[in-house]
Amino acid sequence: MELKEKLVSSFLAFEEQVDMDSDIHTVRNEAMKFFEAKGFPTKKEEDWKYTSLNKILKENYSLFPKKEDAVEYKDIKKYFIHDIDTYKIVFMDGIYSSHLSETTHDKIDACLISAALTRPKYKAVIDRYFNKIAPKNSLTSLNTAFAHEGAFINIPKNTLADKPIQILNFATGNESALMIQPRNLIVVGENSHVQIIERHQSLTDNPVLTNSVTEIFAEKRAIVDYYKIQNDRNNASLLDSTFVEQQQESNCSVHTFSFGGKLTRNNLDFYQKGEHTESTLKGVTIIEGKQHVDHNTLVHHMEPNCESHQDYKGIYAEQSNGVFNGKVLVDQKAQKTNAYQSNNNILVDDKATINSKPELKIFADDVKCSHGCTIGQLDEEALFYLKSRGIPTKEARALLMYAFSNNVLASVKIPEIKKRINKQIALKLGVELGFDL
Amino acid sequence: MLLKIKNLHANVEGKEILKGIDLQVNAGEIHAIMGPNGSGKSTLASVIAGKEEFDVTQGEILLENEDISELEADERAHKGIFLSFQYPVEIPGVTVTNFMRTAINETRKAQGLPDMPANEMLKKIRDKSELLEIDRKFLSRFLNEGFSGGEKKRNEIFQMAMLEPKLAILDETDSGLDIDALRIVADGVNRLQSDENAVIVITHYQRLLNYIVPDHVHVLLDGKIVKSGGKELANELEEKGYDWLREVSSVQ
Repeated sequence: MELKEKLVSSFLAFEEQVDMDSDIHTVRNEAMKFFEAKGFPTKKEEDWKYTSLNKILKENYSLFPKKEDAVEYKDIKKYFIHDIDTYKIVFMDGIYSSHLSETTHDKIDACLISAALTRPKYKAVIDRYFNKIAPKNSLTSLNTAFAHEGAFINIPKNTLADKPIQILNFATGNESALMIQPRNLIVVGENSHVQIIERHQSLTDNPVLTNSVTEIFAEKRAIVDYYKIQNDRNNASLLDSTFVEQQQESNCSVHTFSFGGKLTRNNLDFYQKGEHTESTLKGVTIIEGKQHVDHNTLVHHMEPNCESHQDYKGIYAEQSNGVFNGKVLVDQKAQKTNAYQSNNNILVDDKATINSKPELKIFADDVKCSHGCTIGQLDEEALFYLKSRGIPTKEARALLMYAFSNNVLASVKIPEIKKRINKQIALKLGVELGFDL
Repeated sequence: MLLKIKNLHANVEGKEILKGIDLQVNAGEIHAIMGPNGSGKSTLASVIAGKEEFDVTQGEILLENEDISELEADERAHKGIFLSFQYPVEIPGVTVTNFMRTAINETRKAQGLPDMPANEMLKKIRDKSELLEIDRKFLSRFLNEGFSGGEKKRNEIFQMAMLEPKLAILDETDSGLDIDALRIVADGVNRLQSDENAVIVITHYQRLLNYIVPDHVHVLLDGKIVKSGGKELANELEEKGYDWLREVSSVQ
């Protein structure tokens, strides 16, 4: 049976399992109908021109894994940012793992969407925010139809989350092939601040398909820093859709570090709904083999006096493929917008490819919008400079690639993440770095 | 003989820039190469250091009697050649310290030596940065990024001090330096000078040579050395310019 049929036919059983009386029952049903009509996206759609899901849809994925939670922290510690204190919301095969998690309801909520969807005390928040910015497309609809588990983070106004929050989704390999659909909702109140780290990690080579949807709401003057660490195994694919809605004077950033996985698609949309908002979208992609990473971004400037910064760097080796499709939409009303977009790529080998496509639609006349895209090799003069200091070609190239990619890290605010990613980049490129003064 | 260049011809993009250079440099000596813009000074520096875009069409470059003209730039560096760049490249993302550490350890690796222990490296960095009056903060900045012209040049000499080359070629090191920076840089070079190594100073003006006093001065015109002499030649050039030599050379 094809995956689509399987999903459609198992929907009823799923619905019976969860609370039929809940308000989102209707939302789920509508979403399912939409997905049933549309099916998975194909290359015929403009947004999917360079990314085919055919290969990853062929596996016989389990949709409802058995609950078996035998993994111990020490075995998976390395996937956590473990050298700082954090809240942790951990899922094993899509199921909440209480013994690996550290949630809270003290001043802030860092807990489960399954609880938020069913408990009366969260009804107001759910009614106001759940499924409100996820656009109606086949992947988000599919996720909404099966929306059941994921992280729920609710930061009331005037609150500083006392430590970063990690959302980790592990695939244990108990199922020979697994599909999971995490659903996260993050609401950050006025004047509040939170830092979130998200990771998807398979623990075996069994195929995994994750269709994840995250909605983030930043109220007035809220600050949200979101870090996505994507360094999964070669049989794990991730379809990620993250939507950010920003109110006046809020400042949101999403950093995406893509170093692994079979196929990774990052849909990342920002909607600026208030004046003086600032959005930052940054990414470093370093892949090899037949890996495929597709960044599809949108920044929608709807109000005047806002800024957006997009900076994506990619290094593609062997037969890997990269896609960058960066959209900037400036409404007529959004005067004095300052939108910056840059996408720089290095193709290490002849068979590696990158498709880079900036799309700027500007309906306001008093704006500063810039975009730049480079696809190329390394600077020969810089290479000569390094070699003249005794650094051999191979090492010099690696060092230049390291330098090329790691300056995206300047805007990372958690030092441990910066250090970790820095190391990861050095490791991937075979650069040995010593100490910093 | 530390460096011996015999009848060196070099092209870039098919155009001949060096048209038969002969030059001999002994350990312990300081040589100055002067000449107007476009005479081939920087090309000569780059060709000795091993820049690939220059084709050596004739002649030899011998370092301690070994022909190095086929070696890659990094292999030449391992044998003790250092080029201080006229326009040092900015490399955001790599700190000065990490860069130096990589350069030193790659050179040691090529010489069959283990990595330099971290404390030894730190001490060396401290000593050499003091020699050039470099602020410690400067060392954790990204290589040449946002450096002023003077900082870039000082950083080049700092690298030279760290790498301790046998032959250092300073390409227009004085350009962009104010008088104080010039003195610091020149002092550094003078203190690094010994009987074991040699320096070739490439410059447009005589100014730097007041501080780094050459044993020999050569004039490069249109890809050839047209006149050599002692340090007084530099003064003569300062007074008379290069045109009189052009006439001499065309008569020859």
